[in-house]
Amino acid sequence: MAVQHHTHLAAETGTAVAADGAVLSNAWLLVALPLVGAAVLLLGGKRTDSWGHLLATALPVGSFVWALLILFDLLGRAEDARSVSVPVYEWFSVGTFNVGVDLLVDPLSISFVLLITFVGSLIHVYSIGYMSHDPGRRRFFAYLNLFVAAMLVLVLADNFALLFLGWEGVGLASYLLIGFWQYKPSAAAAAKKAFVINRVGDMGLLAAIMIMFTALGAVSFSEVFAAVPGAGNGVLVAIGLCLLLGACGKSAQLPLQAWLLDAMEGPTPVSALIHAATMVTAGVYLIVRAGPVFEAAPAAQTTVAVVGAATMLAGGIIASAKDDIKKSLAGSTMSQIGMMVLAAGLGPVGYVAAIAHLITHGFFKAGLFLGAGSVMHAMDDGVDMRRYGGLARVMPVTFATFGLGYLAIIGVPLLSGWWTKESIITEAFGVGGTQGMVLGSAIIVGAGLTAFYMSRMFFMTFLGEKRWDEGVHPHESPVSMTAPMVVLSIGSVFLGAFLVFGDRFANFLAPAIGAQPHHFDLAHAFTSPYGLAALGVLVVGVAAAWAVYLRRPVARTAPEGNPVTVAASRELYGNEINEGLFVGPGRVLTRALVVIEEKVIDGVVNGLGAGVRDSSRGLGRAQTGFARSYALTMLFGAVIVAATLVVRL
Amino acid sequence: MIPQDLPVITQEAPVLDWWLLAPLLTLFGGAMLAVLFEAFVPAARRRLLQIGVAALSLLATFVLIVLQVGSLPDGQAGVTVGVGSLAVDRTVLFFQGTIAVLALVSLLLIAERRDGRDAFAAQAAAVPGSEEERAHILAGTQHTEIYPLVLFAVLGMLMFPASNDFLTMFIALEVMSLPLYLMCGLARRRRLFSQEAAVKYFLLGAFSSAFFLFGAAMVYGYAGSVNFGEVRAAVENGGAAIFQDGDGRALLLMGIGLVAVGLLFKVGAVPFHNWKPDVYQGAPTPVTALMASCTLVAAFGALLRVFFVPFGGSAGDWEPALWIVAVLTMVVAAIVAVSQRDIKRLLAYSSVVHAGFILTAVVAGSTDGLAGAMFYLAAYGFTTLGAFAVVTLVRTADGGQEQGDLDRWAGLGRRHPLLAGALALFLLAFAGIPLTSGFIGKFAVFQAAVAAGATPLVVVGVLSSAVTAFFYVRIIVVMFFRDPEADGHTVVRAGAATGGVIAIGVAATLLLGVYPGPVLDNLLPSPDGSQEPVSVMVDQASTEAG
Repeated sequence: MAVQHHTHLAAETGTAVAADGAVLSNAWLLVALPLVGAAVLLLGGKRTDSWGHLLATALPVGSFVWALLILFDLLGRAEDARSVSVPVYEWFSVGTFNVGVDLLVDPLSISFVLLITFVGSLIHVYSIGYMSHDPGRRRFFAYLNLFVAAMLVLVLADNFALLFLGWEGVGLASYLLIGFWQYKPSAAAAAKKAFVINRVGDMGLLAAIMIMFTALGAVSFSEVFAAVPGAGNGVLVAIGLCLLLGACGKSAQLPLQAWLLDAMEGPTPVSALIHAATMVTAGVYLIVRAGPVFEAAPAAQTTVAVVGAATMLAGGIIASAKDDIKKSLAGSTMSQIGMMVLAAGLGPVGYVAAIAHLITHGFFKAGLFLGAGSVMHAMDDGVDMRRYGGLARVMPVTFATFGLGYLAIIGVPLLSGWWTKESIITEAFGVGGTQGMVLGSAIIVGAGLTAFYMSRMFFMTFLGEKRWDEGVHPHESPVSMTAPMVVLSIGSVFLGAFLVFGDRFANFLAPAIGAQPHHFDLAHAFTSPYGLAALGVLVVGVAAAWAVYLRRPVARTAPEGNPVTVAASRELYGNEINEGLFVGPGRVLTRALVVIEEKVIDGVVNGLGAGVRDSSRGLGRAQTGFARSYALTMLFGAVIVAATLVVRL
Repeated sequence: MIPQDLPVITQEAPVLDWWLLAPLLTLFGGAMLAVLFEAFVPAARRRLLQIGVAALSLLATFVLIVLQVGSLPDGQAGVTVGVGSLAVDRTVLFFQGTIAVLALVSLLLIAERRDGRDAFAAQAAAVPGSEEERAHILAGTQHTEIYPLVLFAVLGMLMFPASNDFLTMFIALEVMSLPLYLMCGLARRRRLFSQEAAVKYFLLGAFSSAFFLFGAAMVYGYAGSVNFGEVRAAVENGGAAIFQDGDGRALLLMGIGLVAVGLLFKVGAVPFHNWKPDVYQGAPTPVTALMASCTLVAAFGALLRVFFVPFGGSAGDWEPALWIVAVLTMVVAAIVAVSQRDIKRLLAYSSVVHAGFILTAVVAGSTDGLAGAMFYLAAYGFTTLGAFAVVTLVRTADGGQEQGDLDRWAGLGRRHPLLAGALALFLLAFAGIPLTSGFIGKFAVFQAAVAAGATPLVVVGVLSSAVTAFFYVRIIVVMFFRDPEADGHTVVRAGAATGGVIAIGVAATLLLGVYPGPVLDNLLPSPDGSQEPVSVMVDQASTEAG
């Protein structure tokens, strides 16, 4: 919703061209289809129980097909005409205020749309099997559809206000889905926690929008970016930091990371779609989309890179210590998104690498989560990896697909993850100077951690001895669950090469976000010192995991460990820090507000209400039912009206 | 002062434009037909016939109103008909169309029956609790007079905002009010309560009519005419020819004040609002719904016309008075509403607060304000109809009368999520939450008021909105977050008619909130804000069609 004066319209200096052709001008269908699904399922009630999930699965597929059509349309255009503004409708226009809803279709947004709808569709298919016995299946699919619609609004918005609407929408869907099994107190608590922490981030985004509106006089992308060169550095840094706070909340970056691990209480398809592949990457999207602001505010940009680096390492350490397979994966997600944020903090050179890694990560991380869900399905919903082991033989498809995702994420050369991670490493060192060295080295360390914790997870789950609980009889999952895993694993293997080799993605995306496409040099990746270093830490990480978790038998209960592992398994005391930083002061604030509310506000309101009641009683017991007193009140009013008129004589 | 030049009575009959009068005449014909049916058709067959006549004549009226929009002359605000007594312009047609549609929807509520009984007394003339009453109840007698009464009331409502002179407006006022007084006393349950409400409404209504009439007489004394166009010309020229140097201003000011009191009573602004809670609570809920939607639209239509056309030239005089009334309305009603425990009284106070919000648009005195008020009224009409439809369904534990006590609505949302969800939507719209029609309406009127320099009024309005949001949200909390009481309430199954009203309310509330453009942009011929409201309303007798 662009809130703008008419006068600004004429001065608009965006580069976006107007939509033409049926495919682009109907881009709203992308959002409308899943939204219709959510509405039908929620309003249709029990009548839709038997077919609702099939409809809900078909609609995102429809969005994906439409997104493909749009992609081909964009590819058929000249490079500088690929940024298309699609007015959907004018919400309302009052006086000189004009509030409209516009979508922006460009290579950046369509990349996200394709990722969201493709992975989203696969996860809908997977959920048909995964949720087949759940009594709330219809509601689950409705929420999933709602999420897809909100996420598409987020990435397709042409202005920050509409983006905020999508931002809140995905927050709502995330809340509903984390707490989907509300009868579990842990799920309800996790949903609440995610909700509260996300509010902190949302306040940041809202503050950024308000600063834009007051300082720059606009909230639409084109107008804000056009106003950036003329704005003061202080304003831009403030906007940048507020945007970063918003990004941190949604993308679980330090210091707002604590909700993501708890969010694993939600059904596994939710973890795969929302808390791995799509929603948590919204922060990266926001930073890249608001690139012009960050480029003009180097202080904010550096903060972005630092936050990303810190989260990357913290996530890796947490993931290394968790025995809960989903929480370990969640730590991994934090870490990987930290890497993307870091790349986005490098400026335009890093944007392409960040988004490319985001897309390949969406595939292999979703695949890993679906694999984890498949394992949990087989293990009676057990999540403790210390009770797994030796599952390779009984679950061959899960083993193979999970294995490919594992190899991709640790960066085995020529698999998807390697291409995009190498791009980020190259760009980080390419920055040069101390900053480049520090950030590049941090990524290499992060890559080593990734190799360690992912190998640990893989070994503990699929290899080694059986450490199953009694009465657990693992079995392969049904084809509706394995098929999406197979598709995602194919992406885990080839997608990186497809995007990076020959600079396909860079050439497509870079012009749209104001960056120069960098050539990816394959030979250089194998011969440069940091390319070799990355391979080195990969080998070291895998070997370390092998030595600890495969060569020796794994204990069925976690050992006591040393202070480091304890700290790691307690999420580096993130909860305690949050407790101290937000919850404690928040409680004090709330208590103070309650006191103020009870003593002051209630007192005033009650006093006023009582005062008004008393005075009206005094004026002939106004509301006690006597017509004569009402007439007296009217007469009193007539006197007031007459008096104000008579003074005009 | 006896006029010296009495008009010469001409032999010619006035030329009437029958096409422009057709909507009113159609409804009048329908009402007369209904009276005849009442007299000559056997009681057993009357009800369906009366519903049919009422629905068809309202529908035909609406269609004619819509057709007339296309036949308005280009480049002109509109025309007057009936020797300058009625105006036909876009504003009038919008109000009339809105009233016709809202009346049709209300008719659904009025016609709804449960266990073979509707919401009205078996025999209104029988003393409550008497043998006679019992006999009528046992015999299953039903009033069908309600339908002609509705038609006459709606006829008055259609005339009210279209009136182009004070006498016609007074007649419209009475045609509208008299049937409403009667209908208020027709409740089937708690009859004494209902009759008390009717008598109060009648007494106070008569009182306010006297103010209006007295004011109209003074304005006539000042301008030498009751015609709006001529009054406006007189106001701009300093009064009728017999006055010099503005020595008739006292007459004009008193006239404005007294007419304003009469009209402010009808919209229920503080301190002329006292009747609203009592009458809304006592009247049968379907009738309350009709009053809360259609009557409010009609009354504001008339108020806007009076202040923009005849008194438009002396806005500086009446604006301070309306400021005070608007502030009083927004503040007092909001605060008093906080302590209300009865749903119908609460909705009554809510209606009073909304009247205050709309008054800010009147104070703005601009085209934007006019358009904002028009949109607000239409949006509010649908939402309030839906809310009252929900009220008809929530009964006491024995399933008898409506459960007015809000505290006993606890847990409604858990047992009946759809019904409570619909009511929650209506309440959020009342509170003005975005993506509901209430938000757009509030935004439109407040924006107009700010543009006209009435920012303090808007600040009061926003604060008042915050207070009202508190008690709307409290109802939602009671419905969804409190455990149901064992004997708190029962919900009767929504019949097709009531369900339809709720569905229409939900659809309109959402549609006008999410996609208000088509309505908002086409309210007035020129949305550029440059025109003064009088130029988008007919203000002269010379444009008589014929």
